[in-house]
Amino acid sequence: MIVLAELFISFFIVAFVSFGGASAVIPELFRIAVTEQAWMDARTFTELFAIAQAAPGPNVLIVTLIGQHVDGWKGALFATLGMCLPMSLLVGLLFKHWDKLQHWRGRAAIQLGVAPLAVGLVLASGTLIAHSAAPGWIGLLLVALTILVNLKTRLHPLWLIFLGGVLGFLGLV
Amino acid sequence: MPVPPISDSGTNSVAKPIPTPAELFRGFSRVGLSGFGGVLPWARRLLVETERWLTAEEFNVLLGLCQFLPGPNVVNLAVAVGVRFCGWRGAIAGATGLMLGPFLVALLLGLLYQQYGELPKVQSMLHGITLVGAGLIIAMGVRMGFNVKHRAFYLPFAALAFAGIAWWHWPLPLVMLGGAVLTIALSWYRLSQEAKA
Repeated sequence: MIVLAELFISFFIVAFVSFGGASAVIPELFRIAVTEQAWMDARTFTELFAIAQAAPGPNVLIVTLIGQHVDGWKGALFATLGMCLPMSLLVGLLFKHWDKLQHWRGRAAIQLGVAPLAVGLVLASGTLIAHSAAPGWIGLLLVALTILVNLKTRLHPLWLIFLGGVLGFLGLV
Repeated sequence: MPVPPISDSGTNSVAKPIPTPAELFRGFSRVGLSGFGGVLPWARRLLVETERWLTAEEFNVLLGLCQFLPGPNVVNLAVAVGVRFCGWRGAIAGATGLMLGPFLVALLLGLLYQQYGELPKVQSMLHGITLVGAGLIIAMGVRMGFNVKHRAFYLPFAALAFAGIAWWHWPLPLVMLGGAVLTIALSWYRLSQEAKA
């Protein structure tokens, strides 16, 4: 029971500082799970991170896996809820009332202002993810090909993912 | 030779009628389970291109606001879309749909890891998927860029945010907060000038 509460509270607090989503707080998650609470060693943390990347779905799954490692499926549930719940409630409240502010000039100004920042942030995350994977020239070519094919054709993106998986499996990228 | 236009069926279309909570659940389940190497491109594909629940501009704004708030961006987005169409029921449907499938898959993979430990082949496969995922995210950023209003005025701020985060490695909260204060103030000024004219 106590460990479930610890999981929930730890990640509840992390959620409030996770600007840019779960991947932005990986160092903080490491600090909690390995250094502070000693739930696992550094190697296990890295492996769990790799599994979270391999699984489909949001990268907040790293929190799910930490929870599971600590206390099975219940741990996984409490950790995930801790990370997702507080901001979900806030976002829900905000957007429930957002449309009612239709005639306020600030609403239009905020909407115009945040859109370009979203574009910059999305482009930056893509670039940083590619960079952190330290691709060779074939890898860079794969990134470029993905961008081009995705923008210019209607090919389903899962085919590109499949291609990436195969190239990786063969050790080519 | 004429260059083919960027394929994005959502760009010039009107948003479709309101989805039900069940449709939100199903839609976001697909997004969650397809999200290898990043979920956001799949969310945009669903919302703007396949189901057309949002216009390209509305997506930019919603994602912009969600990125501005802490917490997992995609979960925030599912809640924002859900609450907008069906109130709290929609929010729960969207977020649960997004998380349930991946949650179960992650548990399964976690169990397999506890049994078998090493996963070198999986990791090299993952490396390739990560690169494609990064490409998909960049392509999505380009699409979003085309849907920004008053591009000539606003896109330089997108470039600045990009350079600040990816190039100069400024802290993310600083870039988002500082950038927002600047762009929102400028937008406010422009809107008041328009109102006077």
